[in-house]
Amino acid sequence: MSTSTPTITPKLEVKSRATLPARPTKIAVEGLSFYYGHTRALQDISLEIPERMVMAFIGPSGCGKTTFLRTLNRMNDVIPGTRVEGRVAIDGQDIYASGADVVELRRKVGMVFQKSNPFPKSIFDNVAYGLKINRLTSNKAELEDRVEEALTDAALWSEVKDRLKSSALGLSGGQQQRLCIARALAIRPEVILMDEPASALDPIATSKIEELIVDLKRQYTIVIVTHNMQQAARVSDLTAFFLLGKLIEVNSTEKMFTAPDEKLTEDYITGRFG
Amino acid sequence: MEIHRHLDEELDSLRDTVLRLGGEAEAALRRAMHALSDRDTAAAREVLDHDDEIDQLEVEVDRRAIDIFALRQPAARDLRFVMAVAKMAPVLERIADHACNIARTAIDLNTEPELKNHVRIHQMGEIAIAMLGGALDAFTRNDAAAAREVIKRDDEINNLYNQIFHDLIEKMAKEPATATRDARLLFVAKHLERIGDYVTDICELTVYMAEAAVIKHRH
Repeated sequence: MSTSTPTITPKLEVKSRATLPARPTKIAVEGLSFYYGHTRALQDISLEIPERMVMAFIGPSGCGKTTFLRTLNRMNDVIPGTRVEGRVAIDGQDIYASGADVVELRRKVGMVFQKSNPFPKSIFDNVAYGLKINRLTSNKAELEDRVEEALTDAALWSEVKDRLKSSALGLSGGQQQRLCIARALAIRPEVILMDEPASALDPIATSKIEELIVDLKRQYTIVIVTHNMQQAARVSDLTAFFLLGKLIEVNSTEKMFTAPDEKLTEDYITGRFG
Repeated sequence: MEIHRHLDEELDSLRDTVLRLGGEAEAALRRAMHALSDRDTAAAREVLDHDDEIDQLEVEVDRRAIDIFALRQPAARDLRFVMAVAKMAPVLERIADHACNIARTAIDLNTEPELKNHVRIHQMGEIAIAMLGGALDAFTRNDAAAAREVIKRDDEINNLYNQIFHDLIEKMAKEPATATRDARLLFVAKHLERIGDYVTDICELTVYMAEAAVIKHRH
């Protein structure tokens, strides 16, 4: 991984952060374009995500928000025929620089997917998995402590502490999603990417995930893709609106939902799109 | 897009209802000032008779606004519009209440000999009516610049109120025989001064709606 600290000036700045605390930049993206073969799915995206804040990506289906999210931990690398241009720096280090350590990157940048995907193992083993394969603990007691810590941080410990050896597949959909969050938290990432984490959940389970996101931002930088604009309004500090592979506007969520700067954003948010 | 067409229809209905409320408040003020100027007790009673209808319109705006907030979760310009209308309705209802108070004063004064020299009160009334009309026009056109122009006229009302206050206090001291009636006129001036403030509130809401700028307490 490159050790130089690039100077990145985003082309699209957050115009209204008056109500938000000043925080250093955690993720800086500059001139990012992404190609599926010859198709340019993302066009010249530049933005900054401050640390320990929640940024929501909104936009219609196919606008590139999930593709962009996946560029932040190089998850698109596994798709054949794809190509990235531009820079993504996390803590000032370009994650696409030659020699960048992708395993280390994914340890630092955890991900939670739309559909919960627990392993067909016990609740304990699901959370312990990343710790074991990365050899992040030195003994059983430490491993148990880390599993408890992750389940507590994911607001799941009190519900599962008496059945840690039971199969994770026996949990409800909302619990499975929080288990996946616990699994991501166990290896102590700094950034958590969430791709529509509550889209398959009922309102109560959704509300638990949303409360969890708000709690987690005390420690983590969180980026969430959501189709639910009210969810973006409820959980995020900053919102970015994407359309046809372009970043149209980034603003404080409060500004975005009361008085966006761009007409395209206004039309999308008020449902008068197209 | 069916859902958005419904939202547009609901927003249009809300706009119609608040404009009806505004129109009724404006008519009440105009009629109350006419009742006072032309000693027309029948017009004053008409103002009082219409007040229930105005109250009902305020409740109707509330109901529609709450429905839109709860069921549609408006955002951006829709949010600002619904918010502005919800805050505007009670202000319009209060303006109509002041018009009722002026009408009641007119009824009392019309049973007694006519007082002279209240030209300034009529002038104040004309400005208040013009301000309210201008504020409702600015709201209808979503015109922040026009709303700001209306706000400037509140100074004229305040200056007239101060002059009337001093004139009437002086007159009451000199002519105790008409002091009770003069005191009633002083209350009319106070009602008009308050209406000027309420019209300013309406214009501030129009500026918020059109530009997302909060100018309350800043001009």
